[in-house]
Order: sequence, then C-alpha cells, then structure tokens
Amino acid sequence: MALPKYTETQYRIWHYFYLFFCGCVFFFLVAPLFVIFPLSFNAEEFLVFTDGMKRLDPDAFSLRWYHDMIYGTKNPWGLAAKNSFIIAVFATIGSIILGTLAALGLSSRHMPYKGLIMATLISPMIVPLIISGVAIFFFMAKVGLAATHLGIILAHIVLGTPFVVITVTATLSGFDHSITRAASSLGSNPFNTFMKVTLPLILPGVISGGLFAFVTSFDEVVVVLFLSGLDNTTIPIQMWTGLREQLSPTILAVATCLIILSILILVTAELLRRRSERLRGINR
Amino acid sequence: MSSENNKILTTDGIPLEESLKVAEKKNKIKAFLLVAPLLLFLLITYIIPIGGMFSRSIDDKLTTNMLPKTYKAMEKWDGKELPSEEIFEAFYLDYKILVKNKTVGKLQTQLNLEKNGFKSALKKLARKQKKFKVGNYKEQIMSSHKRFENVEYWRAIKRRAPPITYSKYLKAMDMYLDEDNKIVQVEEDRRMHRILWLRTLEIAFFVTLFCFVMAYPIAHLLATIPMKYSNLLLICVLLPFWTSLLVRTASWMILLQQQGLLNDFFVWIGLFTNENRPQMMYNKTGTYVAMTQILLPFMVLPLYSVMKTISPSLMRAGKSLGATPTVAFFKVYFPLTIPGIGAGCLLVFILAIGYYITPELVGGASGKLISNQIAYHMKSSLDWSFASAMGLMLLTGVLAIYWLYNKLVGVDNIKLG
Repeated sequence: MALPKYTETQYRIWHYFYLFFCGCVFFFLVAPLFVIFPLSFNAEEFLVFTDGMKRLDPDAFSLRWYHDMIYGTKNPWGLAAKNSFIIAVFATIGSIILGTLAALGLSSRHMPYKGLIMATLISPMIVPLIISGVAIFFFMAKVGLAATHLGIILAHIVLGTPFVVITVTATLSGFDHSITRAASSLGSNPFNTFMKVTLPLILPGVISGGLFAFVTSFDEVVVVLFLSGLDNTTIPIQMWTGLREQLSPTILAVATCLIILSILILVTAELLRRRSERLRGINR
Repeated sequence: MSSENNKILTTDGIPLEESLKVAEKKNKIKAFLLVAPLLLFLLITYIIPIGGMFSRSIDDKLTTNMLPKTYKAMEKWDGKELPSEEIFEAFYLDYKILVKNKTVGKLQTQLNLEKNGFKSALKKLARKQKKFKVGNYKEQIMSSHKRFENVEYWRAIKRRAPPITYSKYLKAMDMYLDEDNKIVQVEEDRRMHRILWLRTLEIAFFVTLFCFVMAYPIAHLLATIPMKYSNLLLICVLLPFWTSLLVRTASWMILLQQQGLLNDFFVWIGLFTNENRPQMMYNKTGTYVAMTQILLPFMVLPLYSVMKTISPSLMRAGKSLGATPTVAFFKVYFPLTIPGIGAGCLLVFILAIGYYITPELVGGASGKLISNQIAYHMKSSLDWSFASAMGLMLLTGVLAIYWLYNKLVGVDNIKLG
C-alpha cells in the first residue's frame, strides 16, 4: 500500500507508525505459537533456550520428548489420543447431522419464530463453558452417563452444533431454491433432491462446520473435566493436568503436534471456504 | 352477487386462499420438523438442565426432610424464648433416626453453616442421646451441651424450615439473612465475591478494550491491502483461532514464567536486573496478556468483514471535498465500521466474562474470575447449589449481552473465519 507522492510528512510518519503497530500486533498474535516448536526439541529438561541451542549446537537438540510422548513409561498420551479421536469423530458426525437438518429448516422462508430458535440453537456457543459444563454434568449424572464416552460425545454434540448451524445457514443464504424446485418438477423425491442437488452444493459449508465441531470437541476441556473418569481421559485433560502440575517438555511435544494438526485443519478450512465462495459465485 | 362466489378456485374446487394457507402450513411444519431434532436434543441435554440449576440453587429441602417432626412442632413457636418440651421431644425423635441411619453428618454440616459451633454440640448430643431416658427431653438435651440452652441455636434450626431459600444468591453478593430475617452485608474484609464480580467485569472490559485497540488497525490493514497479501495475513489471524486453547495458554506460560523467555529478554536488554525479574504470571498481568491474545481473532474477524465492504472511494470523496485524512477517517470511515465494532466488542466481552481455562492456569490468586469460583465450588467445596446460583447470575448477565448482540448484530451474522 504505497502512499501517494503528495502525502504530507505528518501523515507519512503516521502511516509508518500504523504499519509498525500492525506488525507488532501480528507478531503478538503468532509469535507465541512458535516458541513451542524449538523448545520441544530441547535436549534439556528446561523450558528456556539453552546456550547450546543459541549456538545451534546439534547436541542441544533431541527428539527425546517426542520419544517420551509415544513410548513414555506411564504414557497417558496414547489412550488420551485414542479417546480424543473417538469422541471427536462421533461428536462431529452427530453435530453435522443435527446441525445440517436444523440449518435446512432455518433457511426455509416458512420457518416460524426463526430469530428465537436460531438464538436458542446458537446459545451453547455463547453461554460460558463453565455453566454449560455444570448443567450438562447434572444431566449426565442423572441419566447415568457421567464418565462414559457416550456422555462426553453427547456433550460435545451440544457444543459443536452451533458451528454447523452457522456455517450451513451461511452457505444456504446464497442458495438458489429454484434448483431444488427444478429437481422436484423433474420427478425427484425430496430425499433424492437433497442428496443429489442440495448436499453437493452446501457440502463446503457442512464440512467446514464439521471441522469447527471437530476442533471444538478435540480441544474441549471444561466440560470433560466434569464428565471424564479415569478411562476416558482426553488429550486436553492430560494437557490441563500437565500444565497445572508441571510444565514438562513432553507437553510441548504434544503441543507441537497439535499446532501441526491445526495448521492442516486451517488450510483445509480455507480451501473449502474459497471453493464455497466460488460455487456460490461470490467474488471478492 | 355475494363475495363468496368471487373467490378464485383451484382445480379441486377449494378457494385458492385456503389452498395456499394449507400449503403454507405444510411448509411451516416441514421446516419445523427439520429443526425439531436438534431443538429437542438441546432442550433435553442442555436447556432443561440449566433450568434445573435454578431449582438446585434455591433448594433447601435437605434439613426440612431430615427434621420433619421438629418443623411440625415448631410451626407455632415464635422464636422468642426457648422452645417447649414438645419441640425438644420432636427434635430428639428426628435426631435419633438420623443417628441410626448414619445420615447425621449432613445435618451437622448444614446447621453449622447456619450457626457456627452447632457441629460440636450436635456431635455431643449424638453420643449422649443413646442413654436418654423417656420423658423430659428438654432437660436431657440441654444438659448434653450448654449450647442447647441458647435460644439462638433453636432459631437457627427454625430458619432452615422453608424448603426453598435464596440465601445462596445473597451469599454470592456477600450478604446473608441475620436472625431477624434482615438482609445484612458481611464484614468488609470478607467480601470476596463482590471483588470477584467486579474483577470479572474489569478484566472483561479491559480485555475488550485492548482487543479493540489492537484489532482495529490490523483489520483495516487486512481490508485495504491487495488480496494476495491479505490472504497471507488473514492466515496469521486464523491460525491462533484454530489452535488449541491449551496450547496457546501453554505458550504464554513459557513466555511469562519468571525464568521464561520474556524475562530473559528483559534482563538481556537491561530493563530489569537478573534478581528483580518481574512476576508476570500467576497474577492479573498474566490473565490480561494471555486473554487478549487468545480473544483477539474474535475481534479482528467481525471488524474485517465489515471493513471489507467499505468502498475506498468514500474516503477519497471525503478528502477531495476538503477533509484532512484525520477528519475523513473520523467522519466517514469510522462511523461505517461501528456495526463491526459492536459485533466484535460484544462477542469478546461475552467470551471474556465467562473465561475459565486461561485465568485458572496463568491467573494465580489475583487473576481469577467468577468462573473459577464456580468451578471451585463444583469440584472442591462441593457446594453445588452455591455454584448453580453463581452460574445462573453469570448466565443472566451473559444472556442480557447476548440479547443485545442479537438485536444489534443478529446471531445469523456471526462470522467464523
């Protein structure tokens, strides 16, 4: 963004200050994430850059914390990762099904009380997690689902659906309903119309909502803290315990893996968003 | 000709108006049926349990159910003088059953909450009542512990008679009901909850402010630079957004530790000496810094989506009409971004006010918020009704802001990247 030649000095200075400030904010946003990478390869047990690391001495770096993460003696991470994936996958599937159906209903122009219902469906995203956690815990304890996988999955469906509802309604807002009418007039039944016409068009929205639901479940700690027992510990629970008790480099190794996972998810989500905008003919 | 015959009929002979109504109704039902599964699911697993928190927060049936005979006998007692023999006998009979069923501990705890020193008196009574003789229970109970001669303890029992109580709500505001059922405040040095509420508001407010100050320029930058750069920079905003909250908090813990990187840096540039490293974690500073960074994307995204729609020609027009860049900015650009500011600020404020994880990990004692207190009562003190009461008070505040957000922005306009 070049300044025009006639810009006065004071605005010129102001402009460079503005760019500098923006640079600082971007640094503030992203840099903290990247201190984790090098430190997770630390050969020592300290969470600072050792002198060897500053000299880039190869001996100062090691994979021992990654080794510890996978083969460590007590090794809670294997079980935690398995549980996290199982819970997140089922929670995502549940959120996608319930959320997409609801979004289809909400985008219909005949939907009564649209505003109120939408606000209700989104509320798990807005209500503080601690309150959701308490309420869901009381419910699950009453029906005997506390400390079970099913209980946690159901809780994560509650937390994940708002994202699916939001992304799918957003995709449907540019949706041309005459296409589905055309399909019906050509003799397709509603189910086929949905599977062959509507779904392929809203799929990017569905998947990106699903990604949000997956990440929400995969990263959720507050509700699981109330619901989990010994058998259903998850990665966030293990990290939470680790961060509260002792910050060990093994946690940084896990954190690095999680950052890589989130980069992958981010790239997927971005590609999907762009595809969706292309499909809906929105050009920026 | 009557107007009846004027109506347009469909091929089935039904008036078009009616036929349309039927079709509309069918569509309405169809749309509602699509939403119904999720609505029902949320109602059962989420909304009704939140309502259940309310009945739990005012529920006080525990003592009522444990001392049924006593409360029946106490109905007519005015509480001025020591109760009659009848009440003492009823209390003895109730208490005997509790001792036999080994549920007496709960009563002791509950009554001790009402009046300090009750527990030891009741424990003594539990031992001595085994040797009680029939008749004259008043004398026997009073001789078991001298506190039973004090009418205040009997008033404390009577105060717990109603099956519902709003005392938990008073407690959350650092108030309580005294002996004469008047609302009084606790002593000044014990008003911890009020401090917590105020601190929660204060931290939420300043985090929102910091986020706004930081997000506005970068959202503006993102919206005005060419797209190939803005896409890259947008990823810088979205990456923290997608990264695990715990990972981000962990990175702040590494940076802010007393032996951490930031302090190393300060010592290295000579801002502080090695001995006087500032404490930046386990206090308010830690909460502020980490929460601002974590909530920043929630401010940037709504601002960006509004700024993207503002045509740059508007600023040019303003300038060409003689406005200086500053005037043009404040008179033209800034007012147009107000919807984005509203959306971002409300969202960040709502999220900040109920934050739990980050304050718990980096906040220490002085950086804890009301959510942490709720969690403490859920997990450690096990006073679930108190936790429910505080949770509902917090929820009321959040829902009020949510309502405002819905009015101003509309929930369907929440942007997710």
